[in-house]
Amino acid sequence: MGNTMTDQTQATGSTGPVPSQKDDSSSAIIRVESMNKWYGDFHVLKDLNLSVRQGERIVICGPSGSGKSTFIRCINRLEEHQQGKIIVDNIELTDDIRHIDTVRREVGMVFQHFNLFPHLTVLENCCLSPIWVRKTPRKEAEEAAMEYLERVKIPDQANKFPGQLSGGQQQRVAIARALCMKPKIMLFDEPTSALDPEMIKEVLDVMIELAGSGMTMLCVTHEMGFAKTVADRVIFMDGGEIVEEAPPHEFFTNPQEPRTQKFLEQILDH
Amino acid sequence: MAEPMLKPPKVAISPLDWMRQNLFSSWYNSLLTIVVGYMVVTSVGPLFTWLFFEATFLGDEPSDCVGTGACWLFISQRLNFFIYGFYPDEFQWRVDVMFLLLAVCFVPQFIERFPGRKWFGLFGLTGLPVVGYFLIPGGNFGLEIVESSKWGGLMLTLILAYIGIIASLPIGILLALGRRSEMPIIRGICVVFIEVWRAVPLITVLFMASVMLPLFLPDGMNFEKLMRALIGITLWQSAYMAEVIRGGLQAIPRGQYEAADALGLGYWKKTGLIILPQALKMVIPGIVNTFISLFKDTTLVLIIGLFDILGTVQSTVTDPAWQNVAIEGYVFVAFCFWVFCFGISRYSQNLERKLDTGHKT
Repeated sequence: MGNTMTDQTQATGSTGPVPSQKDDSSSAIIRVESMNKWYGDFHVLKDLNLSVRQGERIVICGPSGSGKSTFIRCINRLEEHQQGKIIVDNIELTDDIRHIDTVRREVGMVFQHFNLFPHLTVLENCCLSPIWVRKTPRKEAEEAAMEYLERVKIPDQANKFPGQLSGGQQQRVAIARALCMKPKIMLFDEPTSALDPEMIKEVLDVMIELAGSGMTMLCVTHEMGFAKTVADRVIFMDGGEIVEEAPPHEFFTNPQEPRTQKFLEQILDH
Repeated sequence: MAEPMLKPPKVAISPLDWMRQNLFSSWYNSLLTIVVGYMVVTSVGPLFTWLFFEATFLGDEPSDCVGTGACWLFISQRLNFFIYGFYPDEFQWRVDVMFLLLAVCFVPQFIERFPGRKWFGLFGLTGLPVVGYFLIPGGNFGLEIVESSKWGGLMLTLILAYIGIIASLPIGILLALGRRSEMPIIRGICVVFIEVWRAVPLITVLFMASVMLPLFLPDGMNFEKLMRALIGITLWQSAYMAEVIRGGLQAIPRGQYEAADALGLGYWKKTGLIILPQALKMVIPGIVNTFISLFKDTTLVLIIGLFDILGTVQSTVTDPAWQNVAIEGYVFVAFCFWVFCFGISRYSQNLERKLDTGHKT
């Protein structure tokens, strides 16, 4: 508890001293240190600091355009940062393509629009990367893929094409596909935003189950119920900054910052 | 896909009702039906009469053609020339072997359940040109050399089109990828290549290849005219192909690239496994269109003195032994082209249906 409080003070005092974070960040699987990103002249991400321990589950929320998706996309280098450091699993993300590939192998990602490969079957979608990147023998990869498909409760769809599945099923396949690489970290970029309301639950259930298994998770979402149930920390971003960072109970009952309070009012009141 | 699907029930319509609905629904439709009907009856009748009923099919001499219809003797008597050009009779079996292999490779592609048809197709694209390279010119394995100046007719047309098609596709893919590359030098080279070749008419390319190129090459370094024409056609065609494929590459949503990146697939794996299969599938109609137009454009080699099927026919219709056989000759050429182009077109439709995985982007 006391630990989190210090985190919070650091985050709010945005240029807070980095060294004091070193102690607990030595065991951190993700470390982001004074990271800045620009799109041309537009300063999208401003001096972000974050340290994530192995097995920690973090929910990032904030109004649209606050840079939360851009932030987690920086963690597997789908977006480039211009300043500061991002260190994932002890590898610093630089221009070095080998470092990027190594990090991407350990970081799974689930997208808002699923991004399944439409020309491949569900099973092929899941096996592709283990076979071509991890060099797993096909049979072994398929068996593993079936296990994960069972875990997301759609083994019976394995030989269908993504276009034949519902949105919720597609997103569960996307989760299974990412898990097939046996990643150490999972990133979720608004995984339920493109789904019809009745399908949101089936995806969240899978994510809750995954959270229970000890996976390190970073999740950008507006599902506050999910945040309350599984998150260790909730991060609120606005205007490219981390405005507030707190355990969910504290975050929802006693938000410190006016911007957080306003945001919570807006999303919880409707 | 694999599941059985019930067709919607057919609504029975009597022929009379069908005609009323489709042909005579209003006064102007009725008028149109009558006019078109009249034109069809007056033109199709005489056409068939000329093509078949009054035509001469049997005989050996030009003088056997006595009917008012077509003189198909002209085709059957000179068929050897139209197919092989000046290729010596005693070696024509080599060309026949190639025709046979071509058929063996590609006819199965039209039969849905033919076992291992993929391998036949693959051999057609890779092994067949190699076999042809040794078999047709000869010079190896105790085969007599037949100079390329003796090649002609349908055989030459097929060689030009086939090599042009299968060589321009991979080059076009590389050019299209290069044009979208993030490396400025590679992109620059590809853009210049594409824009230069695409802006030049094929006739000019062929002229350059046959007349100008030898002037620039050092003495003694001179390769055959056919080879030069082939290289010219291939490069010219690959510029077109590149632009067709680039259209497909640009239609792939960014999410596909990102998903492949996020899974740790490198550039070539991402391109080969995710992007190209989808992009090529999307532009099959465009690719086939380009193939068909190349197939027909090969007739232009006539101007550099190569005798393709049109060239052989054209040089024969002026033969004084045969009188007024030009129409028969050109109908025959048109028919040959139609058979191949229609075949290509049907195959591509087949392929599109097979590759459709029900995804809408």
